[in-house]
Parts: sequence; C-alpha cells; structure tokens
Amino acid sequence: MKILTGNDLKTGRVIWWDGQGWSLHVEDAADVHDDGEAILAREEAACRVNGPMFIEGERTAEGVRPAHIKDRIRALGPTVRADLTLKPADPNAGNWVI
Amino acid sequence: MADVLRFRDDAAADEPAVSLDAFLDQTNAVSVRIEAGDDVRRLAPVLDRLRLVEIDFPKFRDGRGFSSASILREMGYTGEIKATGDVLVDLIFFMRRCGFDSFAPNVPLDPADAEAALNRYPYVYQHAADAEVPIWQLRHPELANG
Amino acid sequence: MYKYDQYDDAMVRARVEDFRDQTRRRLEGKMTDDQFKPLRLKNGLYLQLHAYMLRIAIPYGTLNSTQLRKLAHIARTYDRGYGHFTTRQNIQFHWIKLEDAPDILGELADVEMHCIQTSGESIRNISADHYAGAAADEIMDPRPWAETLRQMTTFMPEFSYLPRKFKICVIAAEEDRAAMRWHDFGLRIVKNEAGEIGFEVYPGGGMGRTPFIAYKSSDFVPQHQIFSYLQAVLRVWNRHARRDNIHKQRMKILVHELGEEEFTRQVEEEFRHILTLGTDFPQAEYDRIAAYFTPPPFETGLPEEIDRSDPDFAVWIDQQIAPHKAPGYAIVNVSLKPIGGIGGDITAEQMEVVADLAERYSFDELRVAHTQNLVLPHVRKADLYAVWQQLRDAGLADANLDLVTDIIACPGLDYCSLANARSLPVAARIAERFADPAVQHDLGELKIKISGCINACGHHHAGHIGILGVDRKGTENYQLLLGGSGAEDVSQAKITGPGFDEAGVVDAVERAVNHYRTIREPGERFIDTYRRVGMEGFKEAIYG
Repeated sequence: MKILTGNDLKTGRVIWWDGQGWSLHVEDAADVHDDGEAILAREEAACRVNGPMFIEGERTAEGVRPAHIKDRIRALGPTVRADLTLKPADPNAGNWVI
Repeated sequence: MADVLRFRDDAAADEPAVSLDAFLDQTNAVSVRIEAGDDVRRLAPVLDRLRLVEIDFPKFRDGRGFSSASILREMGYTGEIKATGDVLVDLIFFMRRCGFDSFAPNVPLDPADAEAALNRYPYVYQHAADAEVPIWQLRHPELANG
Repeated sequence: MYKYDQYDDAMVRARVEDFRDQTRRRLEGKMTDDQFKPLRLKNGLYLQLHAYMLRIAIPYGTLNSTQLRKLAHIARTYDRGYGHFTTRQNIQFHWIKLEDAPDILGELADVEMHCIQTSGESIRNISADHYAGAAADEIMDPRPWAETLRQMTTFMPEFSYLPRKFKICVIAAEEDRAAMRWHDFGLRIVKNEAGEIGFEVYPGGGMGRTPFIAYKSSDFVPQHQIFSYLQAVLRVWNRHARRDNIHKQRMKILVHELGEEEFTRQVEEEFRHILTLGTDFPQAEYDRIAAYFTPPPFETGLPEEIDRSDPDFAVWIDQQIAPHKAPGYAIVNVSLKPIGGIGGDITAEQMEVVADLAERYSFDELRVAHTQNLVLPHVRKADLYAVWQQLRDAGLADANLDLVTDIIACPGLDYCSLANARSLPVAARIAERFADPAVQHDLGELKIKISGCINACGHHHAGHIGILGVDRKGTENYQLLLGGSGAEDVSQAKITGPGFDEAGVVDAVERAVNHYRTIREPGERFIDTYRRVGMEGFKEAIYG
C-alpha cells in the first residue's frame, strides 16, 4: 500500500495521513492509492505538513507497517530509548521495528 | 512591486549587458553580464569604460557572485553592480555589503521585505565593500584616525 | 571567559528577531520549506526523524555554569529532559517544536549563546582544544584566537553562500586533542625562532564520503595576518569550487583536484592581495578579547598529593585526570559514556550537577570535548575526591577516558534523517562486551568511532577502529575499518573487507581486539600494533 507521511509543520511530530486528517499513529495510515498527489499539495499549501512523502507500507494483523526500517523507526521512536517512543509502557512495542 | 530595486542616484545605463567575452572584444560597450563562473579580474584593464555590471545568480545556493562583486569593488570600480537571477531577500543585506547596489531578481522583491531585511542588523563584524565601520573599530575609537 | 558587550548582544538579539520573522513567514505559509530550509539551517534548525532538531553553538567548547543551567532549562521546558553533545563540541536537542525555536533562541541570547552558523553552507562554530587554558603542554591559550575568528566569521558578507560547510579548528599544543587535521581549516599556534606568535595552517581536511587529512600550506602566518589568510582560502574556494554536485563541493575536493601546491599558490596570491586591503583586526582588539581569557586566580602552595585510599576513586583518578599547567590543579574529564548508555547524552539533572561542580570547583568553567565528554578544566587536586563523589552520585563517574568503551557515535538512524543505520545500539553492545574494567584497562587506549552513514559525523575515518553503517537492500549493515587517528599521529582508517550485521560487527571488533592482545609488544597501543603489522593479520583474525 502507498502511505502518505511527513512531519507536522509546527511541532515536527511524525504524522500519517489517515484518510481524513493526520494521525500520530502509523496504525491509522490509509492507502492513498492514486489520490496522494492531490492530498499532498492541499495539505502542504495549508501549512499542516512539512516534508510530505509517499512510502511503501503493508497492512498486517497488528496494523499498518512501513516497509523501510527508517520509516518504522519514525513510526515508533528511537530504538535506544523506549521511554521516548509513542508506547513507552509497552516493552514489546518495538519488536516489529527492527 | 518594483522590478528593480536601486540604491544609486545616477542615471541607469540603458544598454543591454553583454557577455564578458563580448565586452572585452567591443570597445564601446558599457554594460557587462557576469555569469557565476566568470573571472571579473579580466575587467581590470577596462574598468574606466564600465558603467554597469550585472552579476547573475543561477540559483541562490551559488555564492560565487558575492566574491565577484567584492573583487570589483576592491579593484576600484564605482559603477553599478546589479544582482540578477535567483536572489533571496534574506541575503540582500550581505549583497549590499559586497558592493551590489541594485537588484533585479527573477521574482521581484517586495520593497517592504527588502527594507526590513536591509535594516535587520545594527552592526557588522568586519570590513567589506560598503562604508560600514566594523564592531572592532567602534570598540576602539582611539584607532579611528589611525 | 569571553563576555558579550553591547555589540555582540545586539547582533545575537537581531538574529533572534530575524529568525522569529522567518519562522513566522513559514508558519503563515508565506514561504515553502524549500525557501525556509536554507534559512533555518543557517541557524542550526534541522528536521530530523522525529521532530525538529536544534544545534546550539558552544564556541571552542567553553561553557560556564549559567549557560549549562540554561541548557538544562531548555531540555526540560522545550525538549524531553536531555541533550546530546556532538562531535564538534556543540549540543543538540532532538525534540524541538518549530513554533518554540525563536523563544529558545531568545533564552539562549540571555546567556550569550546562539545557533548562528551551526549548520548549512556556512563557516561553522570554531572548535578548539578542550584543555585550552589549562593544558600543561600548550604554548598559549588558543581561545582568544578562536573568539576573534568567531566574531570575524560571523555573517561574513562575501561568504554568505559557500559551496558547502566550512569547519575551523584552533589548537596550541603538539598533542592534537581536537582532530585539527580533519577540519577544512586547521590552525596550530606556534612560536618562531624570534619568539613571535603565528600559525601553522592546515587546509583541506574533512571526513564525509571522501575523506582527506589536511595538509600544511604554511609554516608560519604572522598572528595579525591570519584573518587575511583565512579570507584568501575562502575566496579561492568560493570562486573555484564546483557547484554542480553537492558531494564534490567541500574545499578538500578542490584542494585535491588542484593539487596542494597549486592550491597554496593561489591562496598565497590572493593573500598578498587581501593584505593590501587592511581588513585584519588590530592588536588592541586582540588584546581586548585576550583579556577575557587571562588565567583564573590559581592559588599557590597547594598540595600535589591525592589521597588514593578509596580504590574506586583511585581507578577514576588514574583514568580521568590530565596534567594542569598550574601546580596543585588537575584537569578532570567527565565521562558521558556509561556502559550500555548513549554516548554524549546528558539529562537536565546531570547538567545541573556538572554546572554546580564547575561553579564551585573549576572557576565557573567547563568544556565540551569532541569526544562527547565534558571537562572541568581547573580543579584543585585537594577537591578531586569531593568532585568524584558528586559525579558518582549523578552517574557521571565512569573511568573510561580513551578506552574501548569511550566510543564516539553519531545519533544515527535512531534520530537522524540522513542516516542509513543505527550507531547508538552498536556502541552500546560493544561497550557491554568490554564492560569489565580490568579488560578495558588492559587494552589501554583504543578509540572506536561509529557513523551511521557516509557523512561520518561519528568520525569513523579517524577511529583506531571505525564502524560505518550502510543500508544494504533495506537492512542495516556495518563496515569495519582499522588504523585511523584524529590525534597528532593522524591517519585515515581502511576498510577491512565485507560488512556485518549488528551482532556480527560487535563480534568482529572483539576478534580484532583479541588479535591485538595476542600479538602486541610491550607498551604498544592497538593502533601501534596495527601500524607495525598492517591489515593482513587483522583481516585473517576478523574473517578467519
């Protein structure tokens, strides 16, 4: 599947296009199919996203997972600081990242 | 918006600028266009007939034109130096310091933005082609006439 | 240490307002990121993997306690409670919001700090020997020159858009503790036979994808001509560097393409011309700046003896202390390399501990080393035990300076948008493998340096053992290098052979180290043994 991601313009947080808006959670990512360019142009013009890009992903039983390791690290947080990730309380949260 | 932002009182040269090679070949040309890779020192023997130098910025990341303008002023050239091409308003303060005294970029500058950019820094740390007095000299007024 | 006057303050405040205006225009959509990016980069603001990252200049690695406390405040208020010291003596915060950035710059200006020219195609923060002003072996304190050049290279109009970044380093001792020859413009302060001060100049160094060690272009540039010489170097490069390929625009590439002799000739020609312009600053201004660096009022008649009765303290003393120029004083190295931790990271609470120690025991001064450790430069030997106890309580008393676990590593793929592989976990695994203090001390000086991509922020080219992370078909892969050095015995490391996965490279490091232990001669460091026997034996040990 084709995912649209970027960083929130104001905060820099990693964000994922969920079909209607932006989510902090990769699990919410929608397949943008061929509509991506239009969404990207609109969202960039509205100053909601910085550095938007399309990446490859896959829908698994646990949710959407980006194909490339860099985007998987973006999705959760640094692998060396579980306490700084999106799921600091879940010791197994990072199992799928590497 | 003005297409040309000019900081000179004399009449602008109205002849189209020619390339450096063409300028050096023609004895009656008064305006030259300097590309980013051109060596402005070749103009040294013909400075007295030069009225306008246009220095082109093919992209704002290409800073060679800053050196070209500085060198022209060091050689004693007092005519107009115009920046053309991809000129960022946030850099015109530094361009003025290198000796540029007119700006005709591809995308015209907003005069208010330009005004703000030119007045942003109250002091300068070093000598350049303009008359600004560097901070070290302000700190040592006793050296002013030395 | 230097104090801003009204002019320095006005310039930094003007930069804050400049950036506030640029940020506002970006947030209001009046600028695209393509337009904003070069402007934010000239002020140290990157967009990294998880957020914006702000790199703050620490000129020549010198801080006072007020500044470090401010950094702690920024870590708590605007970031996530910690900061990361870089391999160029700066600090960066990895979780910054764009909308906060102008306010942070304002807070920094309150303590005479800034982010000016900490990234982008500019003259970067000037680095220096982190023992400056304290080292027993220096001929003078290099920081007055670093500060003078800092001011003169701030907003240099002619070099508003250099081909690439430009890094300057100043040292004043034979021993090179600052990787001087890996900079674009390295300076060593020397005295000539007449006793005059001047500079040995080393241009054209740099790491990155095409590493070069700087060569010596001049044995002696008289001290008050150094700014002219620097302008000459910058001008030759600015005019003649390629502009068509960002990977070939560093000055080292031009030096390589022209040849050292021709580059020197062009620089000297330009230098003679620039000298006629009279742009160098006068002695009076140098004296004004140098006055801020007069040595602190060292006490005399202090005891030299250190009570070593606490064995843990004795181990720390033996590793972390360097000789000071003043009797009764010592230079204290504070390790930011806990076993299994993240090198260079420091919490806000730890910053405050170190700030307190600097204020109470080190004339309010501390330093950042390019090795991502901290230094308390002027501690009375009689106070060392108290300093150690407080460091220990804050988790900052590791005794591993220059040992196998004192690893330099870039943030890598855990934080950096340019990285191809993670550096920090590799460093942590290696440190855990060699955690036994007896093993570390037996191995002696062994500098491991790890980069997560070919940009080489982790200095892998200069590691006795270097590790370079690459992307091999979407998975992390690590190349191993041997034989580099960033010190006075400077050399460039060479790749051993095929790469490894994370576990594999840790094992490979261990095999190389074991080989050294087997074949070393008395007194040889790892690098000495490698230089004596060459790559082949190590290769066989590593690959079997």
